[in-house]
Amino acid sequence: MKLVGEKGVRRILMTVAFSAISALLLITLFIINEGLPFIFRYGLKDFLLSSDWNPAAGKFGIFPMITASLWVTFGAMITGAPLGVAVAIFLSEYAPRPMMKVVKPTIELLAAIPSVVYGFIGVMVLAPFIRSYFGGPGLSLLAGSIILGIMILPTVISISIDSIMAVPRSYREGSLALGATTWQTIHMITIKASKSGIIASIILGLGRAVGETMAVIMVAGNSVNIPHSALDSVRTLTANIALEMSYATGMHRQALFATGVVLFVGIIILNSIASVALRKRTSKR
Amino acid sequence: MSTKFNIHNFNFYFNGSPVLKDLNLDVTSNEILGVIGPAGSGKTTFLRSLNRMNELEAGIRTEGEILMDGQNIYDPEVDVAGLRKRVGMVFAMPVPLPMSIYENVVYGPRLSGISSKSRLDELVEKSLKEAFIWDEVRDRLKLSGLRLSGGQQQRLCLARVLAMKPEVILLDEPCSGLDPISTAKIEDALTVLKKEYTIILVTNNTKQAARVADKTAFFLMGEMIEVGLTRQIFTAPAKKETHDYITGRFG
Amino acid sequence: MRINPRHTQKGAVIILGGATILVLLILAFIIIFILEKGLPVVNLQFLSSKPRDLGRAGGIFPTIIGTIILPVVALLIATPLGVFTSVYLSEYTKETTLTKVIRFGTDCLAGIPSIIFGLFGYIFFVITLQMGWSILAGSLTLAVMVLPTIIRTSEEAIRAVPKVYREVSFSLGASGWQTVKKVILPNALPGIVTGVMLSIGRSIGETAAVIFTAGSSLRIPTTAFDSVRTMAVHFYILAREGISQENAYGTAATLIIAVLIINLTAYWLMNRFIARRG
Repeated sequence: MKLVGEKGVRRILMTVAFSAISALLLITLFIINEGLPFIFRYGLKDFLLSSDWNPAAGKFGIFPMITASLWVTFGAMITGAPLGVAVAIFLSEYAPRPMMKVVKPTIELLAAIPSVVYGFIGVMVLAPFIRSYFGGPGLSLLAGSIILGIMILPTVISISIDSIMAVPRSYREGSLALGATTWQTIHMITIKASKSGIIASIILGLGRAVGETMAVIMVAGNSVNIPHSALDSVRTLTANIALEMSYATGMHRQALFATGVVLFVGIIILNSIASVALRKRTSKR
Repeated sequence: MSTKFNIHNFNFYFNGSPVLKDLNLDVTSNEILGVIGPAGSGKTTFLRSLNRMNELEAGIRTEGEILMDGQNIYDPEVDVAGLRKRVGMVFAMPVPLPMSIYENVVYGPRLSGISSKSRLDELVEKSLKEAFIWDEVRDRLKLSGLRLSGGQQQRLCLARVLAMKPEVILLDEPCSGLDPISTAKIEDALTVLKKEYTIILVTNNTKQAARVADKTAFFLMGEMIEVGLTRQIFTAPAKKETHDYITGRFG
Repeated sequence: MRINPRHTQKGAVIILGGATILVLLILAFIIIFILEKGLPVVNLQFLSSKPRDLGRAGGIFPTIIGTIILPVVALLIATPLGVFTSVYLSEYTKETTLTKVIRFGTDCLAGIPSIIFGLFGYIFFVITLQMGWSILAGSLTLAVMVLPTIIRTSEEAIRAVPKVYREVSFSLGASGWQTVKKVILPNALPGIVTGVMLSIGRSIGETAAVIFTAGSSLRIPTTAFDSVRTMAVHFYILAREGISQENAYGTAATLIIAVLIINLTAYWLMNRFIARRG
């Protein structure tokens, strides 16, 4: 039965691991290699801070898209994070265990709904609503923020619940034994103890919001401009790549890869913050 | 009486600091050697050196040699998995693998390539009988090993070791968490088993060593203070430290 | 002024409970909205016939094929790669700076927007390697997209297997690989399956990375170099280009039902698995 010995297995596993990791490394290098030279040639400052995006004329300033991405992500945080954290606290502290065991996976289903479906709901329901009650084109920064806010809920709720549940029972019991109400215990003890996990959940949710493409294309309107109000139509970094990629060549294509590099760096920064926060959580335990 | 292990000038270091210092000891076949000493005296490390389980940790180093039937088990040529099949081990906490009672017992034999159903059935019955647990589980061999009581789990772990037909059985405080009845059953099993196996029993319970061990070794701060016939160690120890320990002055 | 703690307590329950109900209502609304408008369109005819007139009429059969084949091929590539990589990283290497860098790298890649994978797949597989818009290019892109997630979730699952099980297995004379095969992988399985299921769900719903690598042909593919259109892409095109709202709803309803079935199956499988090991 022994086809390969223990050393053979080790060698095979090492080869597999090596190829998987080098494939991932290859992608990273490929994107950087396509994008970084462009940034140097065009100038980092012009690329990031100029508002002139006109590929036909060789103008590649992505400042409007950066602004749009930041605003949409910020909007998603305003709408999604408080709601998500509230649900997480309710489910882990007030709801009876059986209820949580049903509701948590149900909410995780939200993550499984394809993003195009969210985009579609935004187009069919949210945008007309915004148009008729607040004015503007409807497809807007506001619509994008709300849809993304909903999309980050499962991430925020799921990870927050995990960190709240990781708070030792004895902390809670100690507080309750001193006569505190459940709510006093929650906001004085539980939230404090699980703070870094909750922050990590929000940051990871924001990572998802920054990277979301199709839903944003569908609901945010896609005009290249710096938004002056929440009702303006905007184009995010991801939308910019998706909308122009199929016909971009030469400098233009490199500019899109450079946009990818900017996104990449943004995600790495967000992830680093989240992983520091999560590590804090585990070391405290 | 032949000698199973000859240990010569054996030193064990963890992250550079010595855990076992200059150990010299012979272990006789078909006897129970009791190993006693306070926590941190190196007795568990000593036990885990005999089947090289210490190597699962990073940062360890050994000096000297441990001969088993005349062959140095620290020789680079030695097949470690094969050594562990000859030297079985029962841990302090009973750890049944998360599978049925039957599968727990045949885990070792299957690794050695035994696959015949009748052979395995036979081994399961024999090993469970030798571990004094057959009557309690004979009707529910398919039950998960995790469902047994602590005492039953520990005897299952003993049966699992016996099924490998080892030459040596190492026991690391096997009764530390058990009730008196389970403890008695394990001690009964050991006194029968020593006819076929060489047994080394590390225990925190000096009375247990006094009850079952033929010889007893006393460890303190990484050194073996003395070794001798159990009766002699407990009635007329040569060293003051041994006397202090067994009369309960410390530890 | 001091507010009575019992009042704040009551207020907190109302607000937090209200938030929970709101989130559940949103979820219910999305699913009911799509199903209500879409289900009347869905019937056997719709599922089994080819689209006509760019999808304005007819069914969605070829897109069902596309939706099945791309994730299946992607996962067939990514699962063994990911699981074996995590086995190697957690069981066969000592914790060093290198493994930490690798872990951080996979963490970052797991969070990279799918559009970047789409961009990479388009330039690398479709154009540079001349695969064209094809099943192969689409599956490979999806495979590299989900690989970091699979490595991550598998590694977490493997690390969660109690260390004592390894010790026991080694003490019984098992080799490293025997221990992995008999003790570690079976115990890590629920976690690994969850990771794979998550990845399947993500691949099925993925649009950005697929539309630029697998294309959007409505023909039934015959070779790995044919272009296919998935349901998600079909839905996107129908909805965005205003081709047929009716069929868009129908496609979305089918997609949501498929995703729900996969998730519920995964959940059920896992519970059964955990119960059996009890």
